Amino acid sequence: MTEAPRSVIGVALNFAASQPPPQAPVLYLKTPNTWIKPGDHIPCPSGLPGLRCAGTLGIVISRHACRVAAGNAFDFIAGFTVVNDVSIPHDSLFRPAIRQRCFDASCAIGETCPQINGQSAFEIGVVINNVLRSVANTSALVRSIPSLIQDISEFMTLREGDILLVGEPETSPVAHPGDNVRVEIPGVGAIENRVVAA
Amino acid sequence: MKHARVAYAGSIHGAISENGQLRLNDGRLVSEASVVWLPPVVSGTILALGLNYATHAQELSFEPPTEPLAFLKTYTSLVGHLGHTRHPAGVTHMHYECELAVVIGKTARHVPKHAAYDFIRGYTVANDYAIRDYLENFYRPNLRVKSRDEATPLGPWLVDVADIPNPMNLRLTTAVNGHLKQQGCTKDMLFDIPTLIEYFTSFMTLQPGDLILTGTPEGLFDVKPGDQVVTEIEGIGRLVNTIVEDWRS
Repeated sequence: MTEAPRSVIGVALNFAASQPPPQAPVLYLKTPNTWIKPGDHIPCPSGLPGLRCAGTLGIVISRHACRVAAGNAFDFIAGFTVVNDVSIPHDSLFRPAIRQRCFDASCAIGETCPQINGQSAFEIGVVINNVLRSVANTSALVRSIPSLIQDISEFMTLREGDILLVGEPETSPVAHPGDNVRVEIPGVGAIENRVVAA
Repeated sequence: MKHARVAYAGSIHGAISENGQLRLNDGRLVSEASVVWLPPVVSGTILALGLNYATHAQELSFEPPTEPLAFLKTYTSLVGHLGHTRHPAGVTHMHYECELAVVIGKTARHVPKHAAYDFIRGYTVANDYAIRDYLENFYRPNLRVKSRDEATPLGPWLVDVADIPNPMNLRLTTAVNGHLKQQGCTKDMLFDIPTLIEYFTSFMTLQPGDLILTGTPEGLFDVKPGDQVVTEIEGIGRLVNTIVEDWRS
């Protein structure tokens, strides 16, 4: 590998009304081994009853974003993408959840759709086997899209091609081997992946 | 053999150490003083260990973990030998951490302990700065503490695995402005290198260039702008970093 690698960065607790709220965004990384495309299988690690499938909006960064003010945040967004952020359900958020979040093929990423006029309210649906299981709207984020870009780029430069996942809806369902999981965001797109036994 | 990545005369080169000088991949022999040192590897995944030395866990008043306590960093957090790391205004707990960094050599998945060294390319030195002022009890230590731009010095060398017959018995030291502040030995790791490789590859596939920063022993000390911090590991290298004031536009 010679080029600087991209990062996919998730934000925890960004749909949740935790008390007290975190002082700064609570971040996690989806490492390159987790990245898959629409249609690829999501292997469920053996011994687990199921996987949490968080449909989320991915913000695709257009250029070097260092210490960006919220008011300028949309100047650094190339577009949006649909993401299925898969994890092993875990109750404690005290320690980084690497095993629960970074297992192979646990982040399905769709095509990038160019942003439209600074739109920031998107409805996210998760459909398992043709049954709608979860609906959320990014208008309910604890930290909005511009706030996330401001607060993260304050200490960590975001670069062209990086993807920021805006948060996991609290209603995200658990899928089991054999299930077909579809994440849809009207205006951005939809992706489908099947969970399979590892 | 010791490998480096450097900028010299306007371009980026691979290089090897040769009698105190650098042999660039194009054959030129240049002085170490004439180059800008870059992190010796380009890494897609950078794993780091917390509380992997019992003494450090005691120092921070934590029970040693029963499963490796790992966190991740982005590539933007790396900075090369002789680099600068920014000290945010007002922080009072910016701590260096000298760590042996393992560089993966080939695609690694479900690697058993006994085969772990076959998947290692080599070793380098990391200084895994933490700014503890920013700790919160969510995914602790979070990226704001550990994945700040240019706050993980790495290098100078990538040393071939074959040159280090026993990486589990190396002395680590950190000196600030010439004063020894931290010392330990890799033999005191709670989870040794083969155990860590078996653990991580049991659920995630690692690729060549990926890094595992194996944790730090006791010896915390707050650093300030102007301090020169030297993290050194026997046989691997001597990594120099300078703390600078942060800028605000």
